[in-house]
Amino acid sequence: MISTINLSKKYGGKQVLNVEALDIPKGQSFGLVGNNGAGKTTYFSLLLDLIKPTTGHIINNKVKVNESENWKPFTSAFIDESFLIGYLTPEEYFYFIGELRGQNKADVDALVSQFEDFFHGEILGQKKYLRDLSKGNQKKAGIVAALIGNPEVVILDEPFANLDPTTQIRLKAIVKDLAETKGVTVLISSHDLLHVTDVCERIVVLEKGEIVKDLETSEATLKELEAHFTN
Amino acid sequence: MVSQFLKLEWKSLYRSASFGKSIGIKIFMGLFALYFIVMFLGAGLVLYPGLKKEFPDQEPIYILNNVLFYWILIDLVFRFFFQKLPVMVVKPLLILPVKRSKVVNYVLRKSALSFFNFLPLFAIVPFGITLLVKNYPVVSVLSWMLAVVLTTLIINFLNFIIESFSAETEFSFLPVVIFTGGLYALNHFDLVSFNTIVGAGFNAVYENPIYVLAPLLILVGLYIYNGKLLKQKLFLDSGLKTKVKEVKASNLEWTKNFGDIAPFLRLDLKLIWRNKRTKSSVWMLAMGLLYGLVFYPNPQFKNFEGIYVFVGIFSTGIFLINFGQFIPAWDSAYYKLLMSQNLKYEQYLKSKFTLMAISVGVLFLLGIPYVFFGWKILVAHFAAAIYNVGVNTHVILLGGSFNRKKIDLSQKAAFNYQGTGAVQWLIGIPLLLLPMGIFSLAFFTIGFEVACAIIAVLGIIGVVFHKQFMKAITAKYLQSKYKMIDAFDQDN
Repeated sequence: MISTINLSKKYGGKQVLNVEALDIPKGQSFGLVGNNGAGKTTYFSLLLDLIKPTTGHIINNKVKVNESENWKPFTSAFIDESFLIGYLTPEEYFYFIGELRGQNKADVDALVSQFEDFFHGEILGQKKYLRDLSKGNQKKAGIVAALIGNPEVVILDEPFANLDPTTQIRLKAIVKDLAETKGVTVLISSHDLLHVTDVCERIVVLEKGEIVKDLETSEATLKELEAHFTN
Repeated sequence: MVSQFLKLEWKSLYRSASFGKSIGIKIFMGLFALYFIVMFLGAGLVLYPGLKKEFPDQEPIYILNNVLFYWILIDLVFRFFFQKLPVMVVKPLLILPVKRSKVVNYVLRKSALSFFNFLPLFAIVPFGITLLVKNYPVVSVLSWMLAVVLTTLIINFLNFIIESFSAETEFSFLPVVIFTGGLYALNHFDLVSFNTIVGAGFNAVYENPIYVLAPLLILVGLYIYNGKLLKQKLFLDSGLKTKVKEVKASNLEWTKNFGDIAPFLRLDLKLIWRNKRTKSSVWMLAMGLLYGLVFYPNPQFKNFEGIYVFVGIFSTGIFLINFGQFIPAWDSAYYKLLMSQNLKYEQYLKSKFTLMAISVGVLFLLGIPYVFFGWKILVAHFAAAIYNVGVNTHVILLGGSFNRKKIDLSQKAAFNYQGTGAVQWLIGIPLLLLPMGIFSLAFFTIGFEVACAIIAVLGIIGVVFHKQFMKAITAKYLQSKYKMIDAFDQDN
């Protein structure tokens, strides 16, 4: 589904990402871990064509992302709050995204209603603008918006941060379901090793922009990751 | 402790991302300041001999005292628009061992060092020295000068009180307009003769220096009141966090008629109506619409048709200019989202175009009453409206592709320079001056009707080539995509 070829990104001569090859097959739940500055968000930004690669490129479902925009219809993401439109209510925001992705109101309503549990009654019908919601609730709205329009690739940067424990557990179920039953390729970055090993079939560890570990998740993975990050 | 505060501020100044970037604005402001310094200095020097010559049988200082009231009013209005509230990032300080009163006092005292408080000195000092040279009583002159300085500071703190009230209203300049307008009206219609009262006050200080205590007491009172206001705001739940009003979601179903640009049109309408900065620029529409009244009733402009097109462009294009110059910075807060969404840039821009074109039409219709001042005005406005739709919309959209400054939607609009760069100043040239130049040229060489026709034809040409223009503009936006994303990501 997603192949990365000779990808690198430099800022003023300083290398922040250097990935020679990385292939993510369709329907895989893929986890990206690494300390601050390891290049996780940079990789996602490159995948969304928000920054320009210094060398190489990413191919998303046969589309070279920095040359064509045809990856947009089947790819969606929630990176940070700048993906929210502060002066809309959550419902209006969902409809807006829905319209861009060719979904009518009923489609959006049907999808959003599946997440009532996840929202915990704090998102829908609140008569509040997104900018007035708490950080955690903003995140919930952003994550669900990224699932509108049956995307084939979903990218979530640090989805577990700022969420309360109940919501974290629910989010894990949602992500698992997406990859296992709907064949969606899910890319997640996280600082929480436990969550990421719970959810992802495969975990890649980045360090200073380079891949240092590429693991199939198993019983031993969490121990291995912990050992890796201890020193 | 104060030195620590000063260090913090110095760092926040020269480490800010926009330091050095907005040089254009700083030069502009610098020239502005210099101009006022020269004016005040000049006034201070010629005041004594001038008044002596005009009114040989009166004391210059008494005449001056009589008009000080007007100076106070003008100063208040000026400060409201140009003086920034003394702000400081207080949130990180709240939990540190710093007394709240210390922060408050520091912020207030710092404001006393504002340029606006020094400006009157440029007039007062030379005037006072002249008086001393002419052998006026030293103590009297000095106490009078002191009283003027105290008054400057009174205005300084009064302004902050007015501003703190404006911060709570939608129409931000209402309080200052009511306050100064009210005082002026009371004085003008002789209900309360403030200029005599103020004049008598300063005369009293001059005659009996002990009265200088009066302005001093007022100043102390205002200072304490300001301190109280500020102190209340030093809590997280009052100043830093605002009340959340219940909102009414709206569908704006009627926008469906616009086809594929409907979602963006809806978004733009909500953008305008739900944010402080955009909302207050809606009020600017009224100002733009009434702009013609500055010129048309004035007999001086009766036979100066060159101005018609200028007023026409401005009054039918006020929304276009106000809104258009910050495309796409209005969407800067969520630009990354738009760029990664499944959207066509062309539709996004077309929605902005449609909005601006409609506004021109509406503003033209609202301006029809100007026909009262002559049919020529209406004709010129009509030509200007066509020009706005055909040419200026495209020009301003093109200018937008050079936009690299983020906008914080929650700030008020008047005299807010955020998001303003050299582009915004330069774009005024093709927008306003070019049509005016073309018009004047044709008007003086051929005639009024032909001049109007030329302006209108230029507009029609723009409309005819709309599709091609939009293609070129879209390409330009796509070209600068990465740069815009990067720039909108930075706080300035």
